Amino acid sequence: MRNVIVIFTKEMKSYFASPIAYLLLTIFAVIFGFFFYTFTRLFVLQGMQMQMMGRGMPMDVNEQVIRPLLSNASVLGLFLIPMITMRLYAEEKRSGTIELLMTSPVRDLEIVLGKWLAALVLYAAILGISGINMGILFAFGRPDWKPVLVGFLGLLLQGGCLLAVGIFISTLTRNQIIAGGATFAVCLMLWVLDWVSAYDQSAWAKVVSYLSVVTHFEPFSKGVIDTKDVIFYLSMIFLGLFLTVRSVESLRWRS
Amino acid sequence: MIKVEGLTKRYARTLAVNDISFEVEKGQIVGFLGPNGAGKTTTMRVLTCFLPPTAGTAQVAGFDVLEQPLEVKKRIGYLPETPPLYPDMEVGEYLTFVGKLKGLASADVPKRVKEVCDRCAITDVRMKLIGKLSKGYRQRVGLAQAILHNPDVLVLDEPTSGLDPKQIIETRELIRSLAGDHTIILSTHILSEVEHSCERVIIINQGKLVAQDTVTNLTNRLRGSEQVALEIQCTNGALNHGDVRQRLEQVAGVSRVVLKDTKDNRCTFEVESLQGRTIRAELARAVVNAGLDLNELRAVGFSLEDIFLQLTASEKAETKAETKEEAKQEAKV
Repeated sequence: MRNVIVIFTKEMKSYFASPIAYLLLTIFAVIFGFFFYTFTRLFVLQGMQMQMMGRGMPMDVNEQVIRPLLSNASVLGLFLIPMITMRLYAEEKRSGTIELLMTSPVRDLEIVLGKWLAALVLYAAILGISGINMGILFAFGRPDWKPVLVGFLGLLLQGGCLLAVGIFISTLTRNQIIAGGATFAVCLMLWVLDWVSAYDQSAWAKVVSYLSVVTHFEPFSKGVIDTKDVIFYLSMIFLGLFLTVRSVESLRWRS
Repeated sequence: MIKVEGLTKRYARTLAVNDISFEVEKGQIVGFLGPNGAGKTTTMRVLTCFLPPTAGTAQVAGFDVLEQPLEVKKRIGYLPETPPLYPDMEVGEYLTFVGKLKGLASADVPKRVKEVCDRCAITDVRMKLIGKLSKGYRQRVGLAQAILHNPDVLVLDEPTSGLDPKQIIETRELIRSLAGDHTIILSTHILSEVEHSCERVIIINQGKLVAQDTVTNLTNRLRGSEQVALEIQCTNGALNHGDVRQRLEQVAGVSRVVLKDTKDNRCTFEVESLQGRTIRAELARAVVNAGLDLNELRAVGFSLEDIFLQLTASEKAETKAETKEEAKQEAKV
C-alpha cells in the first residue's frame, strides 16, 4: 500500500509540475463553461416562453440542464482521457526510468495501481471544476442534489474504466503520440458502439451495444444507480488494470 | 555474493548472453569488460531482475532472481547506462522519491539523501531541476540513486561514460571508496578503467565468457615474458650505448635488447625477458653498477588492451575456422 502511495504522489507531482494538468483543467473549464452557458440560456429562454404563452408546463433544472450537461461532460471526458494516460508508461519507457521502477522492490501491480489512481484523481479534479457551474445552479435554483451526485459517480466510474484502458495502451509503446492516438480511437469506438442498436436488434448487436461505455452512463445521468452498470464499469476497470499488469510483466520477457 | 550459473539470454533472433558462469565474493569490485554489444548490459539486467534469464540461474545474496525478485531488488543498487532520471523533478525530490521506492523508512529518507548528496558531491544542485543539469551531474545523481538504500550489491553500467577526465577520476575514487561494504560490478569498454578500479576482471565477447581472473594474474598469464623500457643517462663523459647494450644483455634472463632512441647522453632501451622471468631488479642493479644513471624503468606492452584484443581476436579466428569448416561441409553435402 505504501508503494502505491509513493508512486501516486510522484505521478501527481509530475502532472502538476508539467503544464499537462493545467492545460486539461483549462480545456475542460472553457468547454464545459460553454455547454453550461448554452443549456442555462436555453432553459431560461424556454421558461420565459412558457410564461408568455401562459401555459404552466413544469420546468425541471435537473432534467433540462443538469442531465444534458453531465452527458456532455462524459463525452468531453473521452477527449481528455487519452491526454491523461498517454504518458504514464510511454514516457517511462522512452526515458529509461522504467528500469528504475522495475528494479525497485515494488510489485508491478503496485506501480499500475499508483499510476491509475493518480490519473483518476486528476480526472476527478478536472470534473471538480464543473462544481463551480453546479454551484451557480444551486445558488439561483432549487435542483435536486442527489441525481447530481449520482451523475458525478457515473462520470468517475466511466472515467476510471477508460483510464484503465488508456494505461494499458500506454504500456504497449514508447511513443506518447501513438499511445494517445490509439487510446482516443478506442475511447471513440467504445462510445459509438451503441449506434448499432439503432439499425439492428439481433443478439450480437445487443452484445456490441452493451460494450459501449456511454449506454451505461445514461442511467447515471438520470440519477439512477443500476447495479448492472456499476458492475459493467467495475469489471472494465478490473479488465483494463489486469491487462496492464500483464503487459508490464511481458515487457520483461519481450524487450 | 553473486553467483551466476549457465546464464543464457536469448532475444527474438539474437543470442545476447551464452552460457556464462561466474561468482563474485563479498566486498569485491569486479570489472565487466567487453566491446559494445557483448552482452554486458543484458547480464546486468538479469542480475537486477529487469530481465528474466532464458536459461541458467543467477543468485544475489543467496536469493534467486526468478524465485525471489523482491528480496534481490532490496539488496541491489543499479545504475543503468542512461541514468533513470525524471527531468521535471528536483534532485532532492527525486532522491526522496527513490528512497521511498527502495523501501527506506520515511524517517530515514532525509538523512540518507543528505548523506549520498555529500558523498556524490551534488549537494550544491539539490534544489535544481534534473533536466537542467549537465551530463556529469546527471551521472552523479544516477550514482547517488543507486547507493541511496545502502545496498549490498552495486551494479553500475558504464558509470563513467560521458564524463570529463576530472569527473572520471572523481567517480573512480568514489567507486573505490564504496568497495568493502558493497560488492560492486561495473561494466565498461574502457580498459584502463578496469586496471584502475577493479580487483577482478570478467571479459565477455559476443555473449561468451572469454576470461575471468584478477588483473595481475591475467596480465601475467597472457604476456609470458616481460618487456621493460629503460632510460639511461651518463652524467660524466659520453655515453657508449654499445657498451651499455652489452651489459644489459649479460643480465640473467634477458632474451633481447633493442635500442630505441639516443639523445645527447641519454638512451632508451627496450628489453625483453625470457618466458616467465622477472628482470627488472637485476636490470636496475646492472645499470647502477656500471656507474650509469637510471632515469626511468617501466614495464611496457601487454596492457589490458593487448590482452583484450588478443582474447577477442583469437575468439574471432576460432569462429572463422568454424564457419570455414561448416562451409566446407555444406559444400560436400
